[in-house]
Amino acid sequence: MSVTPSTYPLVPKIQKDTILSLLEVGKRADGRGLEDIRKVKIIPNYIEKSDGSALVNIGDTVVLVGVKVEPGTPYPDLPDEGILMVNAEFVPLASPLFEPGPPDENAYELARIIDRSFRETKSIDLKELAVQPGQKVLVVWNDIYVLNHSGNLIDASAIATLVALARTKIPNYEMNEEGYLVKKEGYKGTLKLTKKVITATVAKIGKYYVADPTEEEEYVSDARLSVSFTEDGTIAGMQKMGAGSLEEGDIDAMVDLAWKVSQKYFSEISTAIGLPPQE
Amino acid sequence: MGKTGLKLIDENGIRIDGRKPDQLRPISMDVGVLKNAQGSALVSYGKTTVLAAVYGPREALPRHMTLPDRAILRVRYHMAPFSTTERKSPAPTRREVELSKVIRESLEASVFTELYPRTTIDIFIEVLQADGGTRTTSLTAASMALADAGIPMKDLIAGVAVGKVNGKLVLDINEAEDSGGEADMPVAMMPNLGKIVLLQLNGTLTRDEFKEAMKMSIKAIKEIYLIQKQTLRDKYAKMTEEEKEE
Repeated sequence: MSVTPSTYPLVPKIQKDTILSLLEVGKRADGRGLEDIRKVKIIPNYIEKSDGSALVNIGDTVVLVGVKVEPGTPYPDLPDEGILMVNAEFVPLASPLFEPGPPDENAYELARIIDRSFRETKSIDLKELAVQPGQKVLVVWNDIYVLNHSGNLIDASAIATLVALARTKIPNYEMNEEGYLVKKEGYKGTLKLTKKVITATVAKIGKYYVADPTEEEEYVSDARLSVSFTEDGTIAGMQKMGAGSLEEGDIDAMVDLAWKVSQKYFSEISTAIGLPPQE
Repeated sequence: MGKTGLKLIDENGIRIDGRKPDQLRPISMDVGVLKNAQGSALVSYGKTTVLAAVYGPREALPRHMTLPDRAILRVRYHMAPFSTTERKSPAPTRREVELSKVIRESLEASVFTELYPRTTIDIFIEVLQADGGTRTTSLTAASMALADAGIPMKDLIAGVAVGKVNGKLVLDINEAEDSGGEADMPVAMMPNLGKIVLLQLNGTLTRDEFKEAMKMSIKAIKEIYLIQKQTLRDKYAKMTEEEKEE
């Protein structure tokens, strides 16, 4: 059951007037312009024991993604494909608002937004992961770990997921005599990323649209729109969040801004990890 | 060809269930269908059938989850085990958790919750039969149930899903079109206010296709809105007649 949150801090609501009067003159509480993003820092291969990983900071928001590739059974309707599993954990050390326990609706929503963007664009070649079609495939477990919540968890998670998957090595699994896949030394290659996909979030506060919202801006916003894009500008997913509403014109403007922001993310990602340009 | 290699729309633009690209399925609505609930509604878009019930405003327990300035909403979107082709376990899935959240946020945009501080308004949605577009049918039904319960709202909410099959945009997609198509875009809005309360996209669309899909959904939502209003009017007309007879 989804319940109206009653634990959100009240302070930002009081500060809404201040935030709005700043927006009126084209500024934000942290000094940014409306369309500016915070400083992005990406560290690929942060966890040695994972098969792929990335630590991403956007301002004070910190997200760590770890990828593990393990044997599993395919979906009956897609017997010759491996599986991408995206999971998100909002661990309690990341925010006073996070509690230990199973993922809440926000974690599920975040994971499913990222999952959909990669799944629908067929960003990773899942066919390559079918070791024995119909019987044994490799499952790519993409675990998103939020380490510090300072707003815009979706974009940070999308960047970290893209970098981690782009840097994922496929362990060397071999079938033994009993028909089980056993892990051998070394890796047999890297995960094939056929398309880069990113998600950018824009918040509407009053009549203003702001890129990369902080936690405080998220609380005072009327609604947020997360838009996923591939590099050629195709929209690869969308999610309106928040208990407010948007008009048709708002959505157009927000998709435009999200596209601009996604360009910045793509360029940050490319410089940080030197991904080769898409063919 | 769709994902499954199935042809979902023919050369004349006719879909697998015989509809035109911009044609809704037959829609039926009824309100006040459950005795115990303060408000209820049964809504069908073709074979997709959803039952929604509203309990409240009522006392919320534990009380610390209530808010001092307005009512909270508690929403559960749930699919009956027999609603799908293969039995669905009644335990909530990740999908149902997410949909409960987006449906709650949508309804929250319409309800005057500030009229009922420290209470809860509970909205229970059961998908009895699923054939595509269950979240939008659910929102249409939940909004009708709230109206039937007499809870003040800024406007009713109506929803519809636009999809893309074999490269063509189609309105109010069914399950075959959803699973075999390239995109599923559920939209819900408060039609009289022109406010969009739910927007999701699962799949890929170009910018132009997206704009076109928005236009198609808004036009259809206005049609659904007329049926909603007529259904509510008919119910109250019937109630007045019954009162006269007494």
